[in-house]
Amino acid sequence: MDYIFPNEVHVTWTVMIVLYPYITGLVAGAFIVSSLYHVFGREELKPVARFSLVSAFVFLLFAPLPLLIHLGQPQRAFNIMVTPHFTSAMSGFGYIYTAYLLLVAVEIWFVLRADFVERAKGKGLVALFCRVLLLFDLENSEARRAADHRVVRILAGIGIPLACLLHGYVGFLFGSLKANPWWSTSLMFVIFIFSAIVSGLAVLVFHYFVISKFRSWKVDHDCVHSLARYMWGFMIVAISLEMLEILDIVYKQTEEAQILVRLINERLMISYVVLQFGVFSLVPLLLLAAVSLIKMRPKIIHALAWIASVMILAQVLLMRWNVVIGGQLLSKSFHGYTSYVPGIWEKEGIVTAIVIFTAPFVVLWIFDKIVPLFPDAVSDDA
Amino acid sequence: MTAHNKDEKSSRPDGVGSDPAVAVSDHEHDHDHDGEVGAGGITRRGALTALAGTSGLLLLSCGPELQKRGVVDGYDWSKHRWGYAIDVDKCIGCGSCMRACRSENDVPTGYHRTWVERYRIPEKGRAHVDVAATGDHNFKPVSGEMSRAFFVPKMCNHCSGSVCTKVCPVGASYHTADGVVLVDHDHCIGCGYCVQACPYGCRFIDPRTHMAGKCTWCYHLITRPHKNGKVREPACVMACPVGARIFGDLKDPHGHLTLLLKRRTYRVLRPALGTEPNCYYHGLEREVI
Repeated sequence: MDYIFPNEVHVTWTVMIVLYPYITGLVAGAFIVSSLYHVFGREELKPVARFSLVSAFVFLLFAPLPLLIHLGQPQRAFNIMVTPHFTSAMSGFGYIYTAYLLLVAVEIWFVLRADFVERAKGKGLVALFCRVLLLFDLENSEARRAADHRVVRILAGIGIPLACLLHGYVGFLFGSLKANPWWSTSLMFVIFIFSAIVSGLAVLVFHYFVISKFRSWKVDHDCVHSLARYMWGFMIVAISLEMLEILDIVYKQTEEAQILVRLINERLMISYVVLQFGVFSLVPLLLLAAVSLIKMRPKIIHALAWIASVMILAQVLLMRWNVVIGGQLLSKSFHGYTSYVPGIWEKEGIVTAIVIFTAPFVVLWIFDKIVPLFPDAVSDDA
Repeated sequence: MTAHNKDEKSSRPDGVGSDPAVAVSDHEHDHDHDGEVGAGGITRRGALTALAGTSGLLLLSCGPELQKRGVVDGYDWSKHRWGYAIDVDKCIGCGSCMRACRSENDVPTGYHRTWVERYRIPEKGRAHVDVAATGDHNFKPVSGEMSRAFFVPKMCNHCSGSVCTKVCPVGASYHTADGVVLVDHDHCIGCGYCVQACPYGCRFIDPRTHMAGKCTWCYHLITRPHKNGKVREPACVMACPVGARIFGDLKDPHGHLTLLLKRRTYRVLRPALGTEPNCYYHGLEREVI
């Protein structure tokens, strides 16, 4: 009964292409948090405002790495920008990515300028590095700081649509392929944006707690509570959209519906139905609802928010897996499925993925050595 | 900020524009020559100019490639419009086409530029489909009752509205003027987007070159006519012992293919996708995918 086209035995897009939208999602989400503070004046998010912006930047630096590793001819990667073919959604990547990277870099420059000035005053390599970074302009008056703040606000404002574009574009990359019914939905664009925001919020909460624990800092309750509520809100929208997509497929009963239902039942039952929805969507939704609606002791709220953030990180990773890999398991013949298990040590395998995903955290740690990411952190003993 | 601007700002009696923060800044500028001279005597403007200059030079050195795609010597592609027809009723599933393709085009093991599907339609239920996996052997014999059975050769449809060329981010997948979809291996980046986009499963990433591979209708043959002026045909067409595969020039009003397409009913695969395939099937059953 089952039949796949003979070239479909090989899954073309590997775990690297799962990682790419996952990392860009974290970028978009983290940036939105920093913008909530800088543009919309959510003062309670101040403790993580700088951290979220730098996190967005660092994740952004590593976002193209899985793509480069995946490319058959990585030395030609820049051809996407030098000789673009504009009918391809993918040709927009270079421009959108570069524009966003520049914007975030410039915004960070303005946010951290005053800190860099302080570091530039000393001697040594770091001071020299900071002086170069400041273009040898070490002025740090009140007026300059006020001007910096105004620029940051404008850049953060421009950055919101760019962040949505960067990640929505990834959704469009999949959603625009009419050959694949698992991908070809107009909702994909929006689903990717909302899941990105949720994952970005989750990585910040997760990381903020881990750092605070290791450095014995007091966790800012208002900040965490607010982040948890945002997570809950955005997650409601993200999950609703994902459910709508399935409802749409099942209810319309198109030619493709049958094979998609079989795909879910036979190939994605564990990763999609049980894990993505059953465990890692439902549980954090309930936890965050409790955090948002029920009055509890701060310590319990923090614990629940942290558990929810870890589970959401897993949920979004599963979602990326189920979209990218799930879509390729389905044969375009609509008569069967292929299979895919990533190798551990291969070029595009699990170890490479772990290294790429860990690298931004290491860079963040180094960054923190130069300019503190949490300047207002208070020791737990205080 | 220039001295002129500063005078304008301070002369406003209503206080508008006399932001105290700006005033502080202006005061400090007096001591710092516009605040641009920094450590080591390097100015911010100087640093920025140097940065812009270096970037400009780098960009120029990268420069866009303005390489023109060449046309094979002595062959005018504007005079042809190639097309392909498959007579399903004639195909006997011998696999000669697959072997010929493999040998002519050095197709990597495990990948296919063309293949033949076998359909067995039971009295009730869905069609059973299988494929002669490598072309090195024929289909395995099967038994059991069935209402119909037939073979369907498959290959790149060289669609006029091809999705694979549309999604190629660097334009390495392209249409030739004579109606063939090719991959430029000097430009392909091996992203695999075209593989995902092809609804017919005709593309693959060649594990040896790490670039997209597909049927070319043996472009190296069809663009080099015999000495007697007769057009060469793709290897699969030449190898077919029963004439199930027909290749021809649709610009030739008296050509074999042109006349066949006029006289008989032909269908294309998955027309609803709007890809406008240029492989025409005669006798295509509704079960064919």
